[in-house]
Amino acid sequence: MVMTQPDSKTLVAIYEKMTLIKHSDDRVIGAMKAGRMVMPYYSARGQECIPAAISVQLTDEDYLVTIYRGVHDMLAKGLPPKLLWAELAGKVTGSCKGKGGPMHLTYPSKGCMVTTGIVGASMPIACGLGLATQLRGEKRVTVANFGDGASNIGAFHESLNLAAVWKLPVIFVCQNNQYAEHTAYSTGTSAAKISDRAASYGIPGVHVDGNDPIAVYSAAQQAIARARAGEGPTLIEAKTFRFNGHLIGDAGEYIPKAIYAEAVKNDPYPRYRNWLVEHQHASATQLDGIDAAIKTLIDEAEAFAMSSAAPDAIEVKRDVYATEIA
Amino acid sequence: MSETQAELSPAAAKAPAKVNMIQALNWALDDAMSADKNVIVFGEEIADPEGGGIVKISHGLSTKYGSRVRSTPISEMGFVGAAVGAAVVGFKPVVEIMLMNFVAVCMDQITNHAAKLRFMSGGQTHVPMVIRTMTGSGFQNGGQHSDFLEAWFCHTPGIKVVMPSNPADGYGLLRSAINDPDPVIFIEHLNNYWTPGDAPERGKLIPLGKARIHRPGKDVTVIGYSRSMLDIPPVAEKLAKDGIDCEVIDLRTVQPMDMETILTSVKKTGRAVVVHEACRSFGVGAELSSRIHEALFRELKAPVERVASEDSPVPYAPPLEQAFLYTHAELEAAIRKTLA
Repeated sequence: MVMTQPDSKTLVAIYEKMTLIKHSDDRVIGAMKAGRMVMPYYSARGQECIPAAISVQLTDEDYLVTIYRGVHDMLAKGLPPKLLWAELAGKVTGSCKGKGGPMHLTYPSKGCMVTTGIVGASMPIACGLGLATQLRGEKRVTVANFGDGASNIGAFHESLNLAAVWKLPVIFVCQNNQYAEHTAYSTGTSAAKISDRAASYGIPGVHVDGNDPIAVYSAAQQAIARARAGEGPTLIEAKTFRFNGHLIGDAGEYIPKAIYAEAVKNDPYPRYRNWLVEHQHASATQLDGIDAAIKTLIDEAEAFAMSSAAPDAIEVKRDVYATEIA
Repeated sequence: MSETQAELSPAAAKAPAKVNMIQALNWALDDAMSADKNVIVFGEEIADPEGGGIVKISHGLSTKYGSRVRSTPISEMGFVGAAVGAAVVGFKPVVEIMLMNFVAVCMDQITNHAAKLRFMSGGQTHVPMVIRTMTGSGFQNGGQHSDFLEAWFCHTPGIKVVMPSNPADGYGLLRSAINDPDPVIFIEHLNNYWTPGDAPERGKLIPLGKARIHRPGKDVTVIGYSRSMLDIPPVAEKLAKDGIDCEVIDLRTVQPMDMETILTSVKKTGRAVVVHEACRSFGVGAELSSRIHEALFRELKAPVERVASEDSPVPYAPPLEQAFLYTHAELEAAIRKTLA
C-alpha cells in the first residue's frame, strides 16, 4: 500500500477527532463509576484513530453503519456530543429520544444511518445503502464497521460477495481489536489475516496498523477513491486493541498481562500527540487548546444530558409503526 | 401517490375478467414500479435471464426496468439486509424470499432491524420494504419448504403481515404494502397461485388492516385468510343447505387485525370459528380467539373454535400430509359445535 501523509491541518483534524472520542469515553466511564449513569457500555478506548483517520475524508453525505462498539465511529462522523450523551443517559433529548441507547445510535443528518447490536449485521445494511447510492448515480460511499469476531459470521461473507458482484461503493472496515468478546483472535479465526479473506471475493483486502493514523488514512483514501469511481468495495483490516474489555465491568482476565501491558505502552493517543509535536505539525500549546475546547464540549454535553428530562411513558407506543396500531 | 388512468399500462384496457394470482401480482409489481421509481425488486432467480421467478411473478420486469430488478446470490441475510439499507434511505424494496421457511436464515435482518429501526432511532429512520414469500402444504415439499410462519412476524412489533386469498385482493394489497411506510411480510400460498379469480382493477389499492366480508350470514362467524379462504366457502355453502347461515370473513391483513369488522360480526352471530393452515398452538387463531373472548365473553353463545393444522412438521408422504392439514369435515364439525 502506498502511504499518503496528509497535510498538517488534516493531521490535526484527526487528532481533534481522536481527542473528542477519548475524552468522551473517559468521561462516560467516570460517570458510570460515580453512579451518575448506568448502561451496557462498550468502550472503544484504544481504537480512536481508525474512525478519526477515515472520517476526515468523508462528507456528511457519506453513510456510516456501525456496531454496539461504535460511539467512536459516530462521534467521528459528526454525531453531536450533546445528543450522544443525552441518548446514553436515556433522555428524551437524545439523538433517538432515549429509545435506542449506546447500541442503536442514529443521526441521519450526518450520515450516521444505523448502529446495530447484532454482530455482523452492519454489513448487509451497508450493501443496501451502497445499492441506493449506485441506483441514484450518486458519489456517496458507505463505511461499514465491524469487529474481528464478525468476520466469522455469515453476514460478512454474504455481504462481501454481494458487494463484489454488484460493485457496490462500500468500504468494509474491520476494527480488529484481537478479541471477539472474550475469545482471542486465533482461537476463533482461521485466517492469518482477515484482510486475506477479501481475495475470496475478488476485492482488495488491506491490512494496516489501526493505531497508525497515516496508515489508516492511506488505506481509506484508496478505498474511498475506488468506491467513488464505481469500482466496487474494499476490505480494510485495521489492527488495534481495546483497553476496557468487552464492556464496562469486564475485568479482562482472559487477556494475558504481558499483551495488555504491551498494548498500553503503544497507546495510539499519546503516541500520536507526541508525534504531531515532534514533527512540528502542531505545537503542544495548540493541542492543549484543542484538549481544553473538547473538555468544555464534554462538560456541556454531560450537563445537557443530566439536566434533560426522561422520555414520557407514552413514547413506548410511538415509533413502533408510522401510525399507532390499536 | 395518486393513481390515474394515464399511469396504467395499455394492457389494463384489455384485461381479462378472470386471472390468477401470479398475473395479479405481476401487474401489481409492474404498476408499482411504473408509478414510483423508488420501487426496486430483488430476490433469487427473479430477473428474466434466470426465469423471472420460480412461478414467474416477476416475469418481464427486469427487461422493462433494468437494474431496478436484480437476481441475487442465494444470500437471504445479505439481500434482505440490503433491502433494509436501501429502504432506510428512501427506496421501497420488494424482495422475494423464495419459500417461507428460508426466512429462518435472515430473521435477524427482519426482526432485529426492519422491525425495530423506526423505534430504536426515535423515528429518525424507517424501513418501507416488502418481503414477498410463498408457502403451503400439499406439494410434498416436506418439513422445510411448507410452513406457515405468520405468527412469528405478528409477534414482532413493527411488522405488518398481509396474506391475500384471491387475485384481486393480491393486487390491491401488494400495491398498498409497497406504499406502506412500515415493513410488510406479504405471504402467498402455493395453492392460490393458479386458482382463477376476478381480475383486479389496475390502479385500485386495497387498504391494509381491512378485512372483507366474503359471505354475509347471521348464525356463526367463520374467519379465515390465505389458503383457508379456499376451504371455508364450500363448507359454508354446504351448511347453508342445512339452514346454517355462516358469515365468512377474509382477514386479508393479519397484523394489524381488523377487530372492528370481526367484533361487529361476532356480536351479531354470537359464535366464531377461526381457520388457518398454520399449526394450531400459539398461533393467529389463539390470538384472535383470545381477543374475541376478551371483548365479547358475555355475548358469546359458544366458545370460539379453532381449526388448524397438526402441531407437527409438515410431512412428506401424501397420507401424512393430508393428516397434517385440517379437513373440510373438521371445519364443518367445528362450525356445528358452536351451534350445538
